Amino acid sequence: MRRRTAIAVALALALPAHARAAESVPVGAVEILSGPNSAYGIAIKAGLDLALAAINGKGVLGGRPIALTVEDSGGTKDGAINAARKLIGRDKVVAIIGPTLSNEMFAVGPVTNGRGVPTIGTSTTAKGITDIGPFIFRTSLPEADVVPVTLRKAIARGVKTIALLYANDDAFSKSGFDSMKAAAEAAGLSIIDIESFGSKDTDFSAQLTKIKALKPDAVAISALVEPVSGVLLQARQLGFGKETLFIGGNGANSPKLGQIAGAAADGLLVGSPWFIAKPDKLNQAFVAAFRAAYGKDPDQFAAQAYDTLFILAEAIDRAGAATPEKIRDALLATDHTGPLGPFRFTDHRDPASTEGVVVLEMRGGVFGIAE
Amino acid sequence: MLAQQLVNGVLLGATYALFALGFTLMFGVLRVINLVYGFYFTAGAFLALWLTEAGISLALALPLAAIGAGAIAVVVDGLLLTRLRRAKADELSSLMVTLGAVLALYAGMTAWLGPDIRRLPPGLVGAGALDLLGVRVTVAQVLILAASGVLVGGLLWLVRGTRLGLAIRAMAEKPDAAALMGIDTARLAALVSFVSGALAGAGGVLIGLNFNAIHPYMGEAMMLRGFVVVIVGGLGDIVGALLAGLLLGIVEVLTAGYLASGLKEAVGFAILVLVLWTRPAGLFGRAGVARA
Repeated sequence: MRRRTAIAVALALALPAHARAAESVPVGAVEILSGPNSAYGIAIKAGLDLALAAINGKGVLGGRPIALTVEDSGGTKDGAINAARKLIGRDKVVAIIGPTLSNEMFAVGPVTNGRGVPTIGTSTTAKGITDIGPFIFRTSLPEADVVPVTLRKAIARGVKTIALLYANDDAFSKSGFDSMKAAAEAAGLSIIDIESFGSKDTDFSAQLTKIKALKPDAVAISALVEPVSGVLLQARQLGFGKETLFIGGNGANSPKLGQIAGAAADGLLVGSPWFIAKPDKLNQAFVAAFRAAYGKDPDQFAAQAYDTLFILAEAIDRAGAATPEKIRDALLATDHTGPLGPFRFTDHRDPASTEGVVVLEMRGGVFGIAE
Repeated sequence: MLAQQLVNGVLLGATYALFALGFTLMFGVLRVINLVYGFYFTAGAFLALWLTEAGISLALALPLAAIGAGAIAVVVDGLLLTRLRRAKADELSSLMVTLGAVLALYAGMTAWLGPDIRRLPPGLVGAGALDLLGVRVTVAQVLILAASGVLVGGLLWLVRGTRLGLAIRAMAEKPDAAALMGIDTARLAALVSFVSGALAGAGGVLIGLNFNAIHPYMGEAMMLRGFVVVIVGGLGDIVGALLAGLLLGIVEVLTAGYLASGLKEAVGFAILVLVLWTRPAGLFGRAGVARA
């Protein structure tokens, strides 16, 4: 009895492994599945799983399924590097999706690039990601590409002068501020004041009082969603009204803004690479499939991950073989249209087009498409 | 603009003073640098959040949250500090024990409730701001200012005007002698914990209301400022804490408004260093005098 069980177990273990080696194409993902930032990784995994089910309906390279292994990085650089090493060494993956944070990518990128495994960030928006090396791609629009679209909308509404406000102790917020400043200068706006604060601050009254006295047409804020909410709440207390247009960076693009700041956030503009209510058919089909699979609404991170796995699957098909080098070259020829809109890579492996960017406006605590 | 900035500074300073009151009381009487204090601040804010979400009015939720935070303080301080007091451990021991405990408490709370920022139900206090000659003040800010004044007055009366206060001061002076005179120092220590925790809790509610951001680490963010305030004001000095709080608030706001917003914190902590250099007992303190 015991021996028979042992043989059965051995067979059960051996067979799928053998089958996988012969047929499936191993692909890895490094995402934050535990800890404080796990909401991002879990959303990304949901998007990947949904895309995987659709892709494996017919498979790649003439019917071979993709075997996706998602490893948890725990949100740390060490965790991300270990996860990537495990995927390359143990699973022999031909490409990696992720990691979740720009910080993690700066640690993982040099490793995967050195091993010649194409790595595609779906949520990494910091400057310099694709400078890591020729195998590093990203499908997430860097903030520097999104902000100009938002500013164009603001200028169309008559904004001529702008004040900038940012958290000066956080790399993400500082990088967003640099993009805002460059975009405002490029768009010919006159920057009349620049103020900073600490990302854990709760009092912004001094900075806001100063800005209010200068009467700018718009105030752009680069910070994570919590301090942005605090700034807006206090701005309303200090008497900022409809005459001042508030503009958020990537950090403000979160439903939490409406939950924390409520009506104080009304009128804020923010650019987003994706929006749930985008009316095109591909997007609505994705939203419907996501709701059917998980019983909740997808977010930007799920949408970006979903598109990315399709982009990778198409590249594997074009490559004609499941080898990292050929997949890298095939990725450069990407021409895909999905929920994010039309997508191609630049020669530098960044997203080529901002066509898919939607400018959102906060109304009654929720985002809608700005008119 | 200067008028508005000065008002901003006084209001910010009032929040610092409000936060620091119980912290400085604890030190003055029990000779304990109690870093868990920041946790009682967080606890008060969360209790008020849950009470008001259950439909209880702020007028009732505020005292209830303060009492709740005070009760938590009695239990936690009792567990952490009784042994140290019996062993007559020095201030550094209490600093280390409470530092470890408060980090564990914050992390535990984050694991339980998540790191998200919550806000009190809208409409608890009038959302509008009063406009006095172009200077704007919100109802929550007026509440904080009034509460700081009332609590400082109440605390001074308790410590200086009552028999209980006499016992507290006796204990602050010499715990052993006070015990020999028939003062139950263990009970008195618990009472001081309660008052200190309740002050922290009330501060948590009011400051949570003003900035509308309640999260497990909110006490930690205030703690550094609280430290500056009690050291500049003189450890254990109640009036000193009030004055130092206001001073820090005004200096921070004026720095951000007229110098550079990036220097706001640098100036606050530079004051701390300067005070420690020139007047180690605090701006308003007298060396060698037991305060409470």
